[in-house]
Amino acid sequence: MSKGVMQLTQEQQDILDGKEGEVLAKVMKTLVMYGSLFGAESMEKVTGTYNHLVTSVGVTALKPVYDLIETLIDAGAVSSKKFTADPRPMDDNMPCSFLQNLVFKKFMFSRQESYEKQLQKLGLLEKDAFTCACYLPEVGNTPKMGDVLSWSESSAVVYANSVLGARCNRNSGILDLMGAIVGYVPKVGLLTDEGRKASWKIDVRTTSKPEAQLLGSCIGMKVMEDVPYITGLDRFFDGLDDEARTYLKDFGAATASNGAVGLYHVEGLTPEAVQQGQALLKEGYQTFVITDETLKQTYENYPVVWKNKDAKPKLCFIGCPHMTLAQLVDWTHKVDKALKEAGNRKVCIPTVFTTAPDVIKAFKKMPEYSILQDTGVVLSFVCPLMYMENPLCNRMPVITASNKLRTYSTAKYYTNDEILRQITRGGKDA
Amino acid sequence: MKTFNGRVVVSGTVTGQALVSHGGFNTLASFQRALMFGDRKATCGDQNNADLYGKKMAGKVLCLPKTIGSTTGGLVLYCTCAMGRQPACMLFSEPIDSLAAAGAVLADVWLDNCSMPVVDSLGQEFLDYVKEGMTVTVKEDGVVEISG
Repeated sequence: MSKGVMQLTQEQQDILDGKEGEVLAKVMKTLVMYGSLFGAESMEKVTGTYNHLVTSVGVTALKPVYDLIETLIDAGAVSSKKFTADPRPMDDNMPCSFLQNLVFKKFMFSRQESYEKQLQKLGLLEKDAFTCACYLPEVGNTPKMGDVLSWSESSAVVYANSVLGARCNRNSGILDLMGAIVGYVPKVGLLTDEGRKASWKIDVRTTSKPEAQLLGSCIGMKVMEDVPYITGLDRFFDGLDDEARTYLKDFGAATASNGAVGLYHVEGLTPEAVQQGQALLKEGYQTFVITDETLKQTYENYPVVWKNKDAKPKLCFIGCPHMTLAQLVDWTHKVDKALKEAGNRKVCIPTVFTTAPDVIKAFKKMPEYSILQDTGVVLSFVCPLMYMENPLCNRMPVITASNKLRTYSTAKYYTNDEILRQITRGGKDA
Repeated sequence: MKTFNGRVVVSGTVTGQALVSHGGFNTLASFQRALMFGDRKATCGDQNNADLYGKKMAGKVLCLPKTIGSTTGGLVLYCTCAMGRQPACMLFSEPIDSLAAAGAVLADVWLDNCSMPVVDSLGQEFLDYVKEGMTVTVKEDGVVEISG
């Protein structure tokens, strides 16, 4: 392994030298080697209140990971920060056949219970702290501007960096945990002022507010892992309110999954862009203009990997990443209204809205909950991606409003309006 | 024979047959099926990767620009190494990305019996030149020799 030159504090050096045990020394060695590859000259203290981990599933294929975690637990090397984790892979609320359930419980996620016990020993915030949208107020893992994090989960990292102004790299699973164990992460990339500057200026010139998931996909595929500075989007919002944050959640997840974006700036909207404006642009930045036609082409170019491309959808997922409370309320009213207009009582396609367990609790206290129940839509905390990993599920024609789910599964992406038409009218026009 | 020079990420010496991905290599999508269903030859399951889909990856010299996709990528790579289903080595035309680096470092530090040399920054010419089935030798100092 090649090594760069990293200046460690005495405390960090002592850990590396094994003064706090062999296992912690290996954890520090991992972080130092990793940071050296990217030219890190020092380690930065993790200052966020809570951590977030991407690995939330107890699947046999990851046995080496659970063995490593057991080594950490046995050595007392647990997280210095309480943490949330990505969504659970199973929920009894989900529409599932007997065989699908059997595959989930006996073959795919047979280690779920034992893994959750490991997570509790490591420092899980609370027993239901499973969601990819951990930053939602109902969940409470919301970093402050300038907080240094050791998070993973691409959609959460890009939200924390861009919308909240925290500082976090796109960490891999396990590395996220190791940073939280020693309380330091290599100071590199998005932790530095230079690394947060944009090498792309994206000029949005659409005639109306673009679909968040489509715009994010288009930008992600263009800039890949670079930082984009986006102009022309703030005219569709009244500042960084609930509506804008919800939009940016879905937009960011698409940039991170269709590309590998860890941070974006939206002129006049996101905190660093409001503070620094176009001073965030690097010298020699590239420019990309997005029009209605650009987005139309992006949408039309998505491959459909269903065996029968014209199959009638058997399931619809909305909520990858997990929905906000405001989004749940909004979708409930939209579905209810569209069903009434179509003369239908229930959705035509089995439909699942996914959100955090804490958001479900809050939503159940609202009048919209009974309206949603009447429409036949299922409310679940499941991870749609994990559901789609089941070989008996991924061969089903599933539709979704999520560009992340489209990227990682066989699900077909539709815009929000088209999804609404599909689930309330079976795809027929009014 | 043509020679390329890269940066050593994980040192080692190996000779094997090349397997080439011209686009970003999605670690999770490529290895997940193989890990989950016990495929020792690690058949690539990424339908979006026309270069590799359906091909055996274990023991091959995997040539690629970078890895892409889920932040589980590093731990997936770590698991393939722990289960002995990893490529013979990984050769990146670009500087290594954070997820692949995490997997390579984790395997190097935490696994006693794993050998998977990794070299990066080999350049676009390397990726344009190397073709599937060519014999590739990787040396300790990051020199990569390719012969037909």
